[in-house]
Formats: sequence, structure tokens, C-alpha cells
Amino acid sequence: MATERTFQEINERIKSGKAVVVTAEELVSMVREKGVTRVTSEVDVVTTGTFGPMCSSGAFLNFGHSKPRMKMHKVWLNGVPAYTGIAAVDAYIGATEVHEDDPLNSNYPGEFRYGGGYVIQDLVARKKVRLKATGYGTDCYPRREIETDITIDDINEAILFNPRNAYQNYNCAVNLSSRTIYTYMGMLKPNLGNAHYSTSGQLSPLLKDPMFMTIGIGTRIFLGGAVGYVAWHGTQHFPSFIRDQDGKNLGPAGGTLAVIGNLKQMSPRWLVGTSFIGYGATLTVGIGIPIPILNEEVCRYAAAGDDELYAPIVDYGEAYPNFTPSNLGYASYAELKSGKIQINGKEVPTAPVSSYPRAREIAGILKEWIKKGDFLLGEPVQLLPNADAGITANSLKG
Amino acid sequence: MAPKKVVLRFGADIADQPIIYKLVKDYDLVINILKANVNPQKEGTMVLDITGENVEQGMEYLRRAGVQLQSLTEQIIQNEEKCVSCGACTAICPSGALYIERPDMAVRFDSDRCVVCHLCVKACPMRAMEVRF
Repeated sequence: MATERTFQEINERIKSGKAVVVTAEELVSMVREKGVTRVTSEVDVVTTGTFGPMCSSGAFLNFGHSKPRMKMHKVWLNGVPAYTGIAAVDAYIGATEVHEDDPLNSNYPGEFRYGGGYVIQDLVARKKVRLKATGYGTDCYPRREIETDITIDDINEAILFNPRNAYQNYNCAVNLSSRTIYTYMGMLKPNLGNAHYSTSGQLSPLLKDPMFMTIGIGTRIFLGGAVGYVAWHGTQHFPSFIRDQDGKNLGPAGGTLAVIGNLKQMSPRWLVGTSFIGYGATLTVGIGIPIPILNEEVCRYAAAGDDELYAPIVDYGEAYPNFTPSNLGYASYAELKSGKIQINGKEVPTAPVSSYPRAREIAGILKEWIKKGDFLLGEPVQLLPNADAGITANSLKG
Repeated sequence: MAPKKVVLRFGADIADQPIIYKLVKDYDLVINILKANVNPQKEGTMVLDITGENVEQGMEYLRRAGVQLQSLTEQIIQNEEKCVSCGACTAICPSGALYIERPDMAVRFDSDRCVVCHLCVKACPMRAMEVRF
């Protein structure tokens, strides 16, 4: 009889220390060796990981009240503006916000040396961060300015809430133009000088549960070195499958996650301030998601290898910035990881911008947490919309 | 023997002479030209990697010929605490000094192959490639 498991059954096995947990990398080779039926009967949980720049990230902070009280109208953390159009001493520090005095791209390509992602890393590294705030004064909140040092331990709350992380799949970026360009996919040399890609392929969380059969609201995850949760689907969540000209399924694309967790428990190793020359500052985030092997279908999807998963190749010289179609084909993650691919008959060197060794480390840590019984699976209270939901992207007019 | 990196500066008066030819032929040195900007009747510069038994004698010859020498002490280092092995530098590096070790996909830096062009310093999103003097 085909194996079927529930979240509760798996959690019981985790509690009793009997759960069989493997990383997605290990699962790929196990299924190739033993077949999906046998591996489904043997394995309870598969762990995934990704560690890459994720711009749609940031943290809600509550600083606590000053004496006299103040309604903060503008807030800066180490000179980086934070959004404070919420309650008196609440603010949101966004990963891509840059220092107030950053020259941006006025001296092109700009360096963007410090920004919100760095503030977040400094906070979790337990460094002092300079808080400056101004207010306009009200009867209940009379104070008009404050400048003081804070640390993550002496503010009330610090909650990482990232509206769009863990892209299911991503473009392989190239440059067909005749000049070097500076993008969020790194420096791209002219005339197909290099090709940059940015997922961990066979280790990447949403590539391993492409139909969102197990991941949903309330899924417990590894986030920034601590325990976090899937809060919702991410912004620009467009789950679908890539098909080539002949209709062959080249794997999933387009799903995203909104994630949340206690920043105070996270670590500077897994939340790293990041700058792309000529583009801007951001935050590199470590995420790992456990996939319960509920049945053979879940196992089969989770066992997809780098040779079965593809990234679309997109020209960032012309097509991407102008939002026009680009048809340069697809490359498998096996090809991308080999160091070179063929595009229009030319051999192009490839490089990742997300760290495969760190992704592997995350999948390994999550595996250990589960095996030790420290980490139970969170059964989603609601699954996320998948490719059958028919979600399509809107675009702006004007 | 590790190659020695030197910057050569030629005055306009000697830029038309076959100095590098003599350096190779008379002193039996292996040279690798990392950068060159030499034009007749103009001042020129060249960055060389020099390997061989007679490096010191070759340098002495260059000095006698009127070439100003400066050994290249500027170095690029990989700050291993900051590097996360993303790989974004590896297709940018022109000399293959930064590369991905497969199958682990870890980013490695071979400073002997580095030509100190600074491209990685700009391209590294983690600011892990640093200039040292």
C-alpha cells in the first residue's frame, strides 16, 4: 500500500526521536538509487535551504517610550531612514533603504556602502545602533527630538517581517548590450560576458514543493538562524510551471513567501547586509523549510535534481529594463552549476549570486534540529495558492 | 619559485628599445605581462610577473637600462569571515584567481594568480575582497 503520513504522525516520530530526516540534496540521490516508492516509505522529512539577497525584507521595531513621551515622525538608525508612519515609537527598517547622505548613483556606479540590511545585521550582532528621531509635538507626546544608542536587547520588540522572500525560481541574467551593466544580479559584462543565476537549485525550498502541497500559513521554518514562520504568500506570488516550445515541463517558477520571526533570536551569520555596486543595498537572508513526506507525490517533487530544474535566461541589457520579452532559452541548474552554458552558440561563464555552501549548511542545521526533537513541523492553517489558482501579474499603466 | 610582481616605468627616451626582449633572452626569465601601456616617444608602464633563477640580475639590468622599478606590494585578500561563498565574483575575475571549487561550490582565492585589478573589490556584494598594502 502506498505510504501516507499526516503532520501529526510525523511530529510524534520527531518527539520520540525516530523521525528519518534527510536534506533535499540527499533525497535526490536516494530516490535515484532506490526509487520513489521505497524512499517515501523510509523518509519522514526533507530539509531545504537557500541563502541569497532578498530585497523585500525588513524589521518592525518598537523602541519603548522616552521621558517625556514622543510621537516619532522621522526616524534614522545609524543614519538610515526607517518608516515610522505607524504608532508613536514603532518603525519599520527596510533592507534596501540607504544612508541619508548616500551619493546613490551620482558617481556611477554607486557603492551603496550602508543601508537597512546592514542596520539589521548590526542589530542582530548586538552592536550599538544610533537612534535619531524627530517629532512635531502633541499634547500627549510633547517631545520633539531624541538621539540615543540602542541595542536589540534594550528595545521592546524586533520582528523580522519580510514581505517577499525565497523566490521559487529566478532568472539567469545576461547582458547582450555592449557595455558593462550593474544590476541586482551583480556586474554583468557586455556581449554575453557572464551569466548570473540566483537559487540553490535542488536545495531551494519552493522548487521542492512546487504545488504548495505542504507549505502554507503557519509552516515553521529556519529564518535568519532562528525559528520563523510562513506568514502568507509573498508579494508577486505567481506560481506556475515553465514550459519550453514543445510544452515540456521545465519545473516551477514564480511562487514567493512572506516570512516572520523574532529578530532578537537571529544571527548575523544568517542575516547579512549586502551591497550591489550601481544598484543598491539589501539583505542576504538564510531560509530553510522542512517538507513532510506525506505521500509519493510530495516525495517525487522534492526529489527533483539540478538536471530537472531550469532557469529562464533573460537579457538585462535591453529586455529586462524595458519590460519586453526575452527569448534566450533555458538553462538547467546542473548546467548553471557546471560553470558554463551555451547561449546563441556562445560559451558563457556562469556564476551564482546565492550561496550554495550556505544553503547546504542551512538544510543540514534544520535536519539536526528536527532529529534532536527541538523542532516540530507546523501544519499550515491554510495552504498557499498554487499554479492552479490562475494568478497573473498586473502591471502599471502610465 | 613564486613569481615576483613588479611595475616598470619607462621614460619616453627608452620606450622604443627592446628591453623586455633582452630581459627574457639574456637572463632566461619567464615573464607574464599583466598590464602594459607602452608607446613610442611616450612614457610607458608595464606590470610583470617574473619567474626564474636570475630575477635579481634581471632587475639590475632594468635599472641600468633606465627603467624605474617598483615591486607590487598591493595585494588583494579574501576576508574569509565576510565571504559567504556566493560566487558573484567568480565570472568577473579576469585571471581565474577567484573560482568555484566543485562539487562543493565554495569560492576559493588563489592570490598567485591575482593581477590586482580590483574588479572583485567592486563586485563583491559582501565587501569581502580587501586591498592590503
